[in-house]
Amino acid sequence: MSIDRTDVDPYVPEFMQKQQAEAVDARSTAFNRRDFIKLTGVAGGGLVIGFSLGVTPGKAQAQVSGTFVANAYVQIVPDGSIVLFSKNPEVGQGVKTAMPMIVAEELDANWDDVRVEQAEISFEKYGAQVAGGSTSIPTNWDPLRQAGATARAMLVAAASAEWGVPAAQLRTENSYVIHDAGNRRLRYAELANRAASLPVPSPDSVTLKARSEYRLLGKRITGVDNEKIVTGQPLFGIDQKLPNMVYATFAKAPQIGARVASANLDAIKEMRGIKDAFIVEQNGTPIEFGPAAPAVLSGVAIVADSTWSAFQAHSQLQVEWDVSSAATDSWSEHMAAARALSARAGTEKLTDKGNVDRAFEQASASAEGFYTYQFASHADLEPQNCTAWFKGDSIEIWAPTQTPQAAVQAVAALLNLPTEKVTLHQLRGGGGFGRRLANDSVCEAAAIAKQVGVPVKAQWKREDDMAFDYYRPGGFHSFKASIDDSGKLSAWDDHFITFAREGSTSPVSAANLSPQEFPANVLDNARISQSVLASGIPTGPWRAPGSNAIAFAVQSFMHECSVAAKRDHLEFLLEVMGDPRWLEPGNSRSLNTERAANVIKLAAEQAGWGRNMPRGRGLGLAFHFSHAGHIAEVIDASVDENRKVTVHHVTVAADIGPVVNLSGAENQCQGSVIDGISTAMGLEITFENGRVEQSNFDRYPILRINQAPSIDVHFLQSDYSPTGIGEPAFPPAAPALCNAIFAATGHRVRSMPLSKEGFSI
Amino acid sequence: MFRLTINGQSHEIGDEVDPQTPLLWVLRDTLGLVGTKYGCGVGQCSACTIHLNGFPIQSCQIPAQNVVDQDITTIEGLASGGQLTAVQEAWIEEDVPQCGYCQAGQIMRATALLEANPAPNDAEIDTAMAANICRCGTYTRIRKAVHNAADKMASNNGSGRTGGAS
Repeated sequence: MSIDRTDVDPYVPEFMQKQQAEAVDARSTAFNRRDFIKLTGVAGGGLVIGFSLGVTPGKAQAQVSGTFVANAYVQIVPDGSIVLFSKNPEVGQGVKTAMPMIVAEELDANWDDVRVEQAEISFEKYGAQVAGGSTSIPTNWDPLRQAGATARAMLVAAASAEWGVPAAQLRTENSYVIHDAGNRRLRYAELANRAASLPVPSPDSVTLKARSEYRLLGKRITGVDNEKIVTGQPLFGIDQKLPNMVYATFAKAPQIGARVASANLDAIKEMRGIKDAFIVEQNGTPIEFGPAAPAVLSGVAIVADSTWSAFQAHSQLQVEWDVSSAATDSWSEHMAAARALSARAGTEKLTDKGNVDRAFEQASASAEGFYTYQFASHADLEPQNCTAWFKGDSIEIWAPTQTPQAAVQAVAALLNLPTEKVTLHQLRGGGGFGRRLANDSVCEAAAIAKQVGVPVKAQWKREDDMAFDYYRPGGFHSFKASIDDSGKLSAWDDHFITFAREGSTSPVSAANLSPQEFPANVLDNARISQSVLASGIPTGPWRAPGSNAIAFAVQSFMHECSVAAKRDHLEFLLEVMGDPRWLEPGNSRSLNTERAANVIKLAAEQAGWGRNMPRGRGLGLAFHFSHAGHIAEVIDASVDENRKVTVHHVTVAADIGPVVNLSGAENQCQGSVIDGISTAMGLEITFENGRVEQSNFDRYPILRINQAPSIDVHFLQSDYSPTGIGEPAFPPAAPALCNAIFAATGHRVRSMPLSKEGFSI
Repeated sequence: MFRLTINGQSHEIGDEVDPQTPLLWVLRDTLGLVGTKYGCGVGQCSACTIHLNGFPIQSCQIPAQNVVDQDITTIEGLASGGQLTAVQEAWIEEDVPQCGYCQAGQIMRATALLEANPAPNDAEIDTAMAANICRCGTYTRIRKAVHNAADKMASNNGSGRTGGAS
């Protein structure tokens, strides 16, 4: 199913496009309903504001009764603390701090009084709960603000009744309602009981703050889990422990998609600490990315008294694999086939706009380039894991997933249980980057738990995590561009070569190219065509899906164009953007060329664009729009005669609307840049006969601190609707780096990783 | 049966545990000290860094029986009586973590660095900390936090605790 809407991102997976569309719909329906907020009593006295969000129009309102029931975001506790519930999974993107900050701002809560708790998993109470697509902030911005503002209005009404003065004479600050004329104040906690007895105001009746009135948003707030992190308290999926828990690991085929024919199970069961070993049959189509799919690969489960015993047995396991339906991909063969295809036009036309051929005939200069980028693994530092406890007619799951609701659906379908018999506890993820959108590890744990009958933690070895992933797909772009006699980019032609399953022309997950990809969306003459190579490798969304690689090719080739036009790249890029406008009028999540131009100019200015650089050193500029974020980056790098690259400094300019948590947003930008440089320089997943050739960090060299540049981040804060910043600062980093290398050396990098061309960092 | 001394406490490890088990897994699975993290199992990422007699080592690389009667400190043993160390405080002040998974290892490494060199420059920080991977890329803040911790310790007239072996 594809969704034909312009207010969703072209590169997020389909299930998330659906959620984005539903979220937009819910905003326009649920919030017009006068009864969407309800008051509930809380055990021990207190005030809970419940919401019905993200519901399907026409669906009954969640019933609100008693304590801690539906849709609670705000809880005022008599001891003075304010509990705010964070609905979405935290995997390092910072939502567990940022989302409650939005509520606290409108509530006028003193942040020191706030205690943040991870919300339970419930679509009825919270609507979609997902960490992906940089959507947590944009889709929850209005609901969270209204959650805070409505609670605040009730506290004000309570104080108004208490003192017998009009609400208009009262103000709120730092968890107090204040009556200046009467020189009195009451703490929110003191008003909780009275507020709980008051009618609930309509969300339409509350006035949300203007950005100039913010006291908390835009400030630097340290992460709410930081104290637990720095003291090593249990927090992550892997830290879960239960009474009588056993430990398991699951051995899958090195050749992706192969099935177990037989295994030395008897010998394994004899090993020290081993409680059981058994074959798990394949279920569904596990090589296809699908968060709610009840899919399990064929493999051998080893159950032990410790993780180490399970891992030891894994290394002694001997399996006869049936490879009849396994992948046979070879990366080197794919590269050769793509190069051969690149000489021709693409099989399928995605965009044909204006008259590209005529522009080429009239060109005064032109450029051509064949770009290649590699497959990449998510490599979350916390290897995939899940704890599960099957109890006969129900199952309890503890998982660091990015898609908890989909996980519940997947497990219910796998075990043939109703979804209400599947309880999932959301735990912090040690990195996500899109890997934990898939619930293959959860399904495996559930399948193992069903056989075991006691709580079991299923832990992947690092080697298994790297050998089976929904990889960032590699891809190829054969570009041609023309420059007219005024030095302007006059036409763009991209033959995109990607991957599809045998017999299909539809790209595998996260391997598509939008027909409106920049610069086809701003030029009069543009052609994009597509060809596919058959592949059996699992692929899926990886931080800034699509964009994470497309930006490297497009923004590097854009620089080739400005070089061919003998123009300054800053001036050239601004000219390509053209007049200030929304590319899709009425869609505030589309590219706005003025916002683009502003961040490009800001990054250039802050980086000292145009200054004289020493020999062997250069500045590279790149811009990319993704996830509704406008981001430009300038990299200052030098390259020595041995192709050793030193990145001296990176300047980031970003427009993501209003910044929620300045510390978190800056951290995401800095991390994205480092991730971008890391991936560009040396990270690569290759395969031969369907087997991945990398198995650990020795051959997957994540950037280290001695290779990491200093990075400064500048936000152009605006009143445009806010968007997430977990992803959009990633894509410009690689092309900014490669453009800097060109400026420093005159060498054009057209292939990632750069290590393949002899570059090191 | 063997004994391990961890964070000043002696623990008896029963016969059910293979003495060849890497210290990492004895800490995590046997003793429930889960602050020390598994990242790679091959000594590449240093998420499992602990202090052995004050020196940072990768606990995934050392069999538990090799450290009997030695002084082991884990991330859980840095703070004492609810008082965070200068390094832990600096990590919170600079809001270093993103996912936070590697940070126990980073903090153990940084603590050992500051014990040996109370005022490291950026190059010295990079050299010492290069053993530890941060997949989220918090390196710019790690540098800042190490400087911050060094300043805190210096302004305490040398009495600031790093929480390392002492």
